[in-house]
Amino acid sequence: MSKPKFKNPVVKWIDYRLPIFTFMDHELNHYPTPKNLNYFWNFGSLAGIALVTMIITGIVLSMNYTPHVDYAFDSVERIMRDVNHGWLIRYIHMNGASFFFIVVFIHIFRGLYYGSYKAPRELLWILGVLILLLMMATAFMGYVLPWGQMSFWGATVITNLFSAIPVVGESIVTWLWGGFSVDNSTLNRFFSLHFVLPFVIVGVVILHLVALHRFGSNNPIGIDVKGTQDTLPFHPYYTIKDLFGLGIFLTLFAAAVFFFPNFMGHPDNYIEANPMVTPAHIVPEWYFLPFYAILRAIPDKLGGVLFMFGSIAVLFILPWLDRSPVRSSQFRPIFKIFFWVLVLDCFLLGYLGAMPAEGIYVILSRIATAYYFFHFLILFPLLPYIEKTKPLPISISQPVLSGSYTAASSAAREKK
Amino acid sequence: MSTKSDLKSEQDEGKRDFLIVSTYALAGVGAAAFVWPLIDQMNPAADTLALASTEIDLSSLEEGQAITVKWRGKPVFVRHRTADEIKQAQEVSLEGMRDPQTDSERVTKEKYIVLVGVCTHLGCVPLGQKSGDVKGQYGGWFCPCHGSHYDHSGRIRKGPAPTNLEVPSYKFLSDTVIKIG
Ligand code: HEM
Ligand code: FES
Repeated sequence: MSKPKFKNPVVKWIDYRLPIFTFMDHELNHYPTPKNLNYFWNFGSLAGIALVTMIITGIVLSMNYTPHVDYAFDSVERIMRDVNHGWLIRYIHMNGASFFFIVVFIHIFRGLYYGSYKAPRELLWILGVLILLLMMATAFMGYVLPWGQMSFWGATVITNLFSAIPVVGESIVTWLWGGFSVDNSTLNRFFSLHFVLPFVIVGVVILHLVALHRFGSNNPIGIDVKGTQDTLPFHPYYTIKDLFGLGIFLTLFAAAVFFFPNFMGHPDNYIEANPMVTPAHIVPEWYFLPFYAILRAIPDKLGGVLFMFGSIAVLFILPWLDRSPVRSSQFRPIFKIFFWVLVLDCFLLGYLGAMPAEGIYVILSRIATAYYFFHFLILFPLLPYIEKTKPLPISISQPVLSGSYTAASSAAREKK
Repeated sequence: MSTKSDLKSEQDEGKRDFLIVSTYALAGVGAAAFVWPLIDQMNPAADTLALASTEIDLSSLEEGQAITVKWRGKPVFVRHRTADEIKQAQEVSLEGMRDPQTDSERVTKEKYIVLVGVCTHLGCVPLGQKSGDVKGQYGGWFCPCHGSHYDHSGRIRKGPAPTNLEVPSYKFLSDTVIKIG
């Protein structure tokens, strides 16, 4: 690729000494991108924008928030009632967390469907799972800050998970709390960590992008780019496509912020925390529900915790669990069916996580949990031995030009 | 073939390895020593540890009633058990209990059962203190969070909690006054 020619003398001067403009031109302008990306490829940039939104609204919320058990709840109410535009900023932050998770979950399932975690993108995928973990930690601690009933009891239940660890469990929990229950020390440290973790996420996102740009995006048919005929420069094609997606995203986001700001929250969190009374029905934020269902499905305390963390741990080793060399589900007929079963299974787990842990719900949770692990630990490694994959096209351009993948590729195979 | 200068450089390498290893080791020890205060600061501070004990007067607590008091930021349950409840708690067979303990191991005066009101599963406050509360299948306490049932002695009988409700350290100062902690 040729070196970009900058006309602006200031840009030229700076770029000679600090090649930041060359870098941007290279990574955002010319950056060759597979030409067949569909709208599921929008969710990466949306996640980035959601992260920036959370950081900006978070910083301004912090200017009005007081991390103390006696003042936290009131300071959030003050943000809602008295601080100029405080309600807007808080509702953006509150709903932003939900939208961030929606976007990231779609982003992850996109990766699952198109096999984006396979070589050579294993580290890219692992960094992504790491971001998910950091996001979960951040959102969990953020939810404690308004110091409502759900904040308090959510924090109590989740920190108590660590007491399941043999021998040192209790000491770890006391250490996490800085006392003998969730209290002021806990709130203070959660605020500190909630403030800083998003910046750690930014760091990991940068590594995620460096890894991405090493081999470029995967694509809907999952075969490697063969040459320039298979790619387009990122700008203007994908910048515009990303912006269009952003427009739709912001429309939905604004609809939630202005019309249903408390839809995804829990009304009990508008009751100030009371360490003496547990609400009748504790539920975590919706994005934790599938994991919560797994926790409750196992009748043993340590077991529940292990399976819950295990449900994320399997994602880390996914690139080595799936032995099939074919990336995209489009050429894996059986895998494709099971992919949708997994999606349904995750929705079912989410629903069960919100239901009381009794009767039929417990049984269903166990079945859904069993399926989840079956999918990753048994189906993924075994499927390649059973499944007959469809023939792959020769290149990205070919099916696009000839209109049909299978006809084109089988014709090409016969010629050989 | 080993010349004099080769030997010398080999010796030098040995020295260099030693220097490198000892530098790493020392830096490691230094870093660990520095990190420890950063970790330990998160443990309960001196004022948190020095929490006062709590005294409770039980004279007005009628048979069948219960009260909840706050101790170390946690609820403590005291229930004045009925003769029937005491009998049940004492006579039930320990076989098959997850955390077998006789009732007498868990009370000082059999009339009063004193418990830390924190579910040993994941820390919710079980129901059963108020007269209208659900008390679970064994008549003691029921934790609504994930469905743990405790009996009249606070022993775990059903549900995910691994151990019985904790009995705090307490002593009777008089017939009806107890001091917790
Ligand atoms: C990964 C990005 C982030 C996520 C997922 C996140 C998530 C959350 C959540 C779920 C809440 C509770 C909202 C509520 O129910 O009231 C919250 C509150 C809060 N967050 Fe964040 N946050 C993020 C970034 C930040 C940053 C960077 C800051 C500060 C620099 C911040 C500062 C605050 C403050 C002060 C509150 C308390 C006010 C409130 O509850 O509305 N957040 N956050
Ligand atoms: S916290 Fe009581 S059953 Fe889980």
